[in-house]
Amino acid sequence: MATERPARTRRRAAAFWNDARVRAVFAQLLVLALVVAGGAYLIRNTLLNLERLGVSTGFGFLWTTAGFDISQALVPYDRTYSYARAFLVGLLNTFYVSIVSIVLATILGFVVGIARLSSNWLVAKVAAAYIEIVRNVPLLLQLIVWYFVVLGGLPAPRRSLVLGEGVYLNVRGLFVPKPLFEPGFGYTALAFLLAVAAVVVLARWARRRFEATGQPFPTFRVGLAILLLVPAAVFLATGRPLAFEYPELGKFRVSGGLVLLPEFLAMVAGLSVYTASFIAEIVRAGIESVSRGQWEAAWSLGLTRGQTLRLIVVPQALRVIIPPQTSQYLNLTKNSSLGVAIGYPDFFNVAGTINNQTGQAVEVIAITMAVYLSLSLVISAFMNWYNRRMALVER
Amino acid sequence: MRLSSLALAGALVVAGLGAAEASPTLEAVKKNGFVRCGVNGGGLPGFATVDDQGNWSGFDVDYCKAVAAAIFGDISKVKYVPLSAKERFTALQSGEIDVLIRNTTWTLTRDTALGLDFVGVNYYDGQGFMVSKSLGVKSALELDGASVCVQTGTTTERNLADYFRKHNMKYEPVVFENANEAIAAFQAGRCDVFTTDRSGLYAERTRFDNPDDWVILPEVISKEPLGPVVRHGDNEWGDIVRWVFYATIEAEEYGVTSENVDEMREKSTDPTVRRLLGVEDEFGKYLGLPQDWAYQVIKQVGNYGEIFERNLGKDTPLKIDRGINDLWTRGGLQYAMPFR
Repeated sequence: MATERPARTRRRAAAFWNDARVRAVFAQLLVLALVVAGGAYLIRNTLLNLERLGVSTGFGFLWTTAGFDISQALVPYDRTYSYARAFLVGLLNTFYVSIVSIVLATILGFVVGIARLSSNWLVAKVAAAYIEIVRNVPLLLQLIVWYFVVLGGLPAPRRSLVLGEGVYLNVRGLFVPKPLFEPGFGYTALAFLLAVAAVVVLARWARRRFEATGQPFPTFRVGLAILLLVPAAVFLATGRPLAFEYPELGKFRVSGGLVLLPEFLAMVAGLSVYTASFIAEIVRAGIESVSRGQWEAAWSLGLTRGQTLRLIVVPQALRVIIPPQTSQYLNLTKNSSLGVAIGYPDFFNVAGTINNQTGQAVEVIAITMAVYLSLSLVISAFMNWYNRRMALVER
Repeated sequence: MRLSSLALAGALVVAGLGAAEASPTLEAVKKNGFVRCGVNGGGLPGFATVDDQGNWSGFDVDYCKAVAAAIFGDISKVKYVPLSAKERFTALQSGEIDVLIRNTTWTLTRDTALGLDFVGVNYYDGQGFMVSKSLGVKSALELDGASVCVQTGTTTERNLADYFRKHNMKYEPVVFENANEAIAAFQAGRCDVFTTDRSGLYAERTRFDNPDDWVILPEVISKEPLGPVVRHGDNEWGDIVRWVFYATIEAEEYGVTSENVDEMREKSTDPTVRRLLGVEDEFGKYLGLPQDWAYQVIKQVGNYGEIFERNLGKDTPLKIDRGINDLWTRGGLQYAMPFR
């Protein structure tokens, strides 16, 4: 025993060089050190270059007065606010146009994707033609067509198209009545929140009862009724505390009401129509990935067509749909930066103005990159969470 | 802030530290064999436009040519780098171009915090407004509630905000990346007003289908002294661009034109003219240029008046009056420092 020990130690010492795990860690550390050193070199070099050129550096400019206006701001903003506030306004505009477009693109994409699988020849071909044309024309071109040809061709304010009571469409945008919340509307909002909570509790109870006893409960219909009727009852009981400010048609322009700017409308139309064509193909692929046997097995168990789709096919299709869907949402968000071409004040557009007002190119581009990276990571994180929830649970 | 702008900022990140020499820019220009001159990429009639053969012309372009004439004696030794308003300063800072002559306003921020130097004012301008004649507006003070199309990356956006705030009027800015899109939206009726420097308004109006249907309002809401820009720190290079510009003004003041410059060089007895054209003294040596630098500028490009009339004056579609851009001797602001 005693004579064996040194031999084993020697073998272990020799194994240090040959140990794959040690070498792997070492290699990782080396790469990390190189990346950090490379990054540090670039930062130092940039600072030295900027200093040599006499360019002022740092992020102090963010707190100075912006001095320019933005046509669409979701938070209070005018020229006296700071550059940081202007960045925030741009960021919210990017959020706004992205979220609205993502919702519309998803709905349109699902409809077109299912239409493409239709047994009706005409419907299927129209859907196919839409997909092939729209996804093969560059988005920038589509945005310019939407903005300059479709919306630019609308009549002047005094000859506005009247789309309903107090709804006007003209070259300056879409004007709709603006809701004015009067005191007491808070009760209706509160009733709505309570109804949402009640429906969540109801759904949990129905699910537990179903798993325990096998008795189904019409959760959807009852839930919808609660959601609609409870706030409506409170709304009427408190004396309808909601009024509308109608836009007024003037000689040159429409005043009052709520305005959706043509830049915004063109962005939403362009982004959602373009992205929907990709989503449609993803949806089609997802549904086709569920084998025919699943349908037949479900029918032989006595499920209806609707139940089969809802309980068997869609959950399996979603596993195929969600990952590529995530990249479409990311693309859409990043594509919203094309708004700069048609005057939509998104983050990229505002950052461009700030870059030129301050001349802090390196800082502004760093902020822009960080913001788009964070946006993408947030969307990815959300979709990954949703994907895990939808993943096949094997028992 | 497009990809090119990103690339330019990238160049700032990776560019090595240049060694300090007499004039590194002049050395680099001589080595390249041409001047890299940043001009208006979108094209601005009268100031910088490019024809279908790729030939550049215009008021700013002539000053690029003048610098090349002074260094090489050849106006073709220029490489034009078309730039958007947003890209221009980064391009100059990163050494992408040697000189920026792109209707650029001289402001304190740009002269200091951006690490740049303005060498002179070759065009005194001011911001104005253009509206459709059918709107019936006679003054900018009637524009309360108007929507205004404007190009991003300019001093214009800020002047606009200041003006409307000062007069307690509301407006809606619609900001575009390129002047061309801003103009298209303006013509489509998206905006009541298009605003930029008045020279730009006159220039753009020449491209409209019916120029007479649009009026330029009388108000001038800002001072916009436009001039060539160089990097801060290379003073010798700044001197060259500055004195090339002064040479064109001095030539006009003393009656030297591209037509009579040969005759003047041989026969003139005026000491100023003799010094300007390199007959006396050694100005070329002081600037690091050939002795006949100013002669070449005037011979090949012309004096200030010739450059102005050729590109902007009465016989051009722009029909801009000399106004405050006349010589100081005739009541204008153009004044060259003495050639002594």
